[in-house]
Amino acid sequence: MQLTLEFGGGLELLCDSEKIHKVNVDLPNGVEELTMKDLLSWVRTNVIKERPEMFIKGDTVRPGVLVLVNDCDWELSGQLETTIEDKDVIVFISTLHGG
Amino acid sequence: MEANGGGSSEIVRELKELKLQKAEIEHRISALEAKLQETAAVERCDAVSNGYSVPAEIEHGLEHGMSPDQIYRYSRQLLLPSFGVEGQSNLLKSSVLVIGAGGLGSPALLYLAACGVGRLGIIDHDVVELNNMHRQVIHTEAFIGHPKVKSAATACRSINSTIKIDEYVEALRTSNALEILSQYDIIVDATDNPPSRYMISDCCVLLGKPLVSGAALGMEGQLTVYNHKGGPCYRCLFPTPPPTTACQRCSDSGVLGVVPGAIGCLQALETIKLASMVGEPLSERMLLFDALSARIRIVKIRGRSAQCTVCGDNSSFNKQQFKDFDYEEFTQFPLSAGPLNLLPAESRISSKEFKEIRQKKERHVLLDVRPSHHYKIVSLPDSLNIPFANLEARLNELTSALKEKEDGHVNSGSCANPSLYVVCRRGNDSQRAVQYLRDSGFSSAKDIIGGLEAWAADVNPNFPSY
Repeated sequence: MQLTLEFGGGLELLCDSEKIHKVNVDLPNGVEELTMKDLLSWVRTNVIKERPEMFIKGDTVRPGVLVLVNDCDWELSGQLETTIEDKDVIVFISTLHGG
Repeated sequence: MEANGGGSSEIVRELKELKLQKAEIEHRISALEAKLQETAAVERCDAVSNGYSVPAEIEHGLEHGMSPDQIYRYSRQLLLPSFGVEGQSNLLKSSVLVIGAGGLGSPALLYLAACGVGRLGIIDHDVVELNNMHRQVIHTEAFIGHPKVKSAATACRSINSTIKIDEYVEALRTSNALEILSQYDIIVDATDNPPSRYMISDCCVLLGKPLVSGAALGMEGQLTVYNHKGGPCYRCLFPTPPPTTACQRCSDSGVLGVVPGAIGCLQALETIKLASMVGEPLSERMLLFDALSARIRIVKIRGRSAQCTVCGDNSSFNKQQFKDFDYEEFTQFPLSAGPLNLLPAESRISSKEFKEIRQKKERHVLLDVRPSHHYKIVSLPDSLNIPFANLEARLNELTSALKEKEDGHVNSGSCANPSLYVVCRRGNDSQRAVQYLRDSGFSSAKDIIGGLEAWAADVNPNFPSY
């Protein structure tokens, strides 16, 4: 399925400073739907180029990272269990503190 | 204060200039005060000399209680059907505390003062510096070296002398936060670090105050309203603080001045909406601003978390716990960081000692481990730039540089091996680099204590700081 991944708030530095990634993610054999949990590990392997600990902690994103599925906080759609569909836009954004 | 360019004549010149500017300001203040008295006198005179009495209810019976001057001053806002007299009256009765008079606070304060917030509090412990000016647009050069709060208050008063302005030239701490914040209806977080952000949010929860929170770094900004009518607090969104390495500062990573400017303006806007009770506040939503790609996205965020340790259903967080809470420890983000001390004394030299080495033309390699865009701003002559992040991958360059110097020594007949000195901006990364280099077999590596900042302070005052 085709997905748009966006990285911001400094997370783009972990993937060659590219903010927008148009990607094709194939479902693993025998799996019918892709969850955010699957997608996170796919992103970790295929998109993140350096310092993965700045993106992932345990089986989820590190503290301070907001995940948005189609402009909506993933907390509202089931977090790691959120089901991803074709053409979805997933944003990973690190919170900023400067001012 | 970072004053470059040397000599006492420069200081004397600057002092003269400052005193001149101070005098001009004082002159303007007294001229305005005189004008105000005059206007008031003329108005009294007019009322008497009209000869016939105007019914009191027409002259003074305006239900909203705004004076003719206020009507004229705020007329463009009064003319807005969605804002009008009611919005303005609410605004005039409201009080707002802006925490931080920096990149976010500058535009926020200017607009809040201009629009007629009744009472405006400003708290900041910092002084104005030359490297603030590109983004902290409330300050003027005349105030460099003076408290930001004094500078900001002067600017606000010169825009609107009819509102009340409270000045707090101090840092916000757990010991004074409850007392200060409790005096205001709305709190604006215009700070620049994680411990302050957690502390302010927790304090707002305890006091039941809405919090207009903005942040900016580099080319990006973020904005939301916390703790408003059942909406989330900062901890609902970020229950665990991020690792320190993910908390960049403007003074390290840079920021385009207009980016916090845009967010600060929007903070003023959200504050005005809350204070005047018009529109829909940005609660349970977050605005994400990407200046480079010119995109603003507004996303839906979670509501209040029932499990939140501060505002959740079973939270027992109280004022005493707040006062005892160590936010720097919690976020692992010290606000007054002492210098890093990784290395034994024999692995370090001072910038003055390094100057002597240069003067004696002792053979050495100077390795500068700052990022390359820092190196382009300014560097010491005859230095090799390998950013700390790439050091491991580019060790061969260092080896050849040392070899080159060594070959030089064979020809010149001297016998000492070339030394390796490592420098960075402030002397932290250089220590990490020396530690790594010594572990990798570069046993002569030494760190220049305090980096280029120490070089500028102790050796060459003309060396640019940034």
